[in-house]
Amino acid sequence: MREGLSAVGKVARPFQGRGRGAKSPALLIGISATLFVTVTAVAQSPPFGVGRPPTPEEIRELGSAIAPDGTGLPQGSGTVAAGRELFAAQCARCHGPGGEGDVGPRLVGGRGTLRTPRPLKTVGSFWPYATTLWDYVNRAMPFDQPGRLTPPEVYAAVAYVLNLNGIVAADAVMDATSLPKIRMPNRDGFVADPRPDLGSSPRK
Amino acid sequence: MRQRPSRRDLLRLGIVAGGGVLASREALAAEADARKLGIPLGPYGERSPFEKATRWTRESKTPETGSSFSPLHTSVGTLTPSSLHYERHHSGIPTIDPAKHRLMILGMVSRPLSLSMDDIRRLPSVTRTLVLECGGNSGGEWTAPGAADAQRSYGLVSCSEWTGVPLATLLAEAGVRPGATWVIAEGADACRMMRSIPIAKAMENSLLAYGQNGEAIRPSQGYPLRLVNPGWEGNTNVKWLHSLRVADQPYMARDETSKYSDLMPDGKARIFTYAMEAKSVITFPSGGQTLPGRGPYELTGLAWSGRGRIDRVEVTTDGGTSWIAAKLQEPRLPIALTRFRMSWRFEGRDALIASRAIDETGYVQPTREALVAVRGMNSVYHYNGIKFWRVRADGTVTNA
Repeated sequence: MREGLSAVGKVARPFQGRGRGAKSPALLIGISATLFVTVTAVAQSPPFGVGRPPTPEEIRELGSAIAPDGTGLPQGSGTVAAGRELFAAQCARCHGPGGEGDVGPRLVGGRGTLRTPRPLKTVGSFWPYATTLWDYVNRAMPFDQPGRLTPPEVYAAVAYVLNLNGIVAADAVMDATSLPKIRMPNRDGFVADPRPDLGSSPRK
Repeated sequence: MRQRPSRRDLLRLGIVAGGGVLASREALAAEADARKLGIPLGPYGERSPFEKATRWTRESKTPETGSSFSPLHTSVGTLTPSSLHYERHHSGIPTIDPAKHRLMILGMVSRPLSLSMDDIRRLPSVTRTLVLECGGNSGGEWTAPGAADAQRSYGLVSCSEWTGVPLATLLAEAGVRPGATWVIAEGADACRMMRSIPIAKAMENSLLAYGQNGEAIRPSQGYPLRLVNPGWEGNTNVKWLHSLRVADQPYMARDETSKYSDLMPDGKARIFTYAMEAKSVITFPSGGQTLPGRGPYELTGLAWSGRGRIDRVEVTTDGGTSWIAAKLQEPRLPIALTRFRMSWRFEGRDALIASRAIDETGYVQPTREALVAVRGMNSVYHYNGIKFWRVRADGTVTNA
């Protein structure tokens, strides 16, 4: 911790320091009890008491954020057929009629290219979660009018793009239950950051 | 604004030059050499009209998304003027009235909170000088030699003094529930840019900044409130911050899966590659500049590391055969731009110059070849290879 000047840090650190030097079990128990009480106290009463609970309207205006397990997905559903119509009207002008890309990025193809010198990263070849597609279309698309799509429209657009990539069938219906169950082709294509993976000592 | 009477006015009234009614020939001659008064005081400063440095932006059909590059090649010292701080927006800069702006803290907390900017300003604040670098800065160098000058190849880095409240303070206010491991931060820009931040970082040193370089954060930098994650790629420093959702999982946002993940030669992509590793670039002499002749120059540049202080910067002027320690400008702050300098004599012969930074963890900035050997050429982000410039015999400087 470099400059973690947090209230939590200030409360917790003295006990960590004492704990390291403690030798008797009785003292350790005492410290644990004190720490427990302190943490509980922090959880029960805010140190400063600023702010107020959000109003239901504020939370509604914030919109949704979708986790990969589907947390946050709203009610409603959309079909591939509805998505095809919506895509032609709202998405094709930037992404091309078949999602082949134009001003906006390409949305289809690229499977099997990630290990080649010219990888093509698309929803079909690269994105690990279908929920990410829902979340992103909902929050950011269309580019010049983000936020205008209704949940059923977003489900439909997602169904269509997934179908273009051969990930769901032409009769698929996307909703809060079916979408998180989709296994994207590149679901296992991501690894944790191993850095520093380079950076040995300079030669003397 | 009423101006003071000028010397000419006073002479005309005859109250200068000994109070005589007629101004003497001698006094009129003196008047011809009088200095003009300068420009009066003003409410908000402007730079000299002779200074022309600007951010550089690519032509685009969608100028609301893209980057502007800071003019490193004309920079001096270590702080970036707020007006020249690099930008990366995804759906334009929103216009936000701070009196109406609120930060919501939701999810796995005991007390969901809605905070006004006034609420946030009541809390104990800290100030830190920090470098901020786009994860994609100098990405063009993967397929060397990148852009022709320091601004266009390395200009997605800037350094500011940030003032705000530790995120840990606000999480304590909301009371993080057991099992929470992530904070999902969202901006109030049109596309509601979102990133997942491990709660450990939030507790360590994340800031909710409202101040930049002694005044309110600029709109292009997140006015009125920005998440600042010291040492982490720019994209995680969510601007126009309006919500923090405390969660037990990352949300796998588009900007942490499809973008800002680093594709390796085996086809796997590294995810959550937050840290910006040690890096440096010579800003003078650098691409596009011309040395006016032989003789002494001060070679200078910038070094930084997302992992702490810069301990040492070594410079070569012979293509990497020998490396000499440059002087470092003090104070060397952790996770901040550090200026290095070295006296150098240009003898009118071709010279291949470069710098390499070593940070306090002992990490040595690698060569481009070493990076490519491990990561290939398609990882897009986190390029930090040693940057060479070629000073030609005629004094012109180009990419090497």
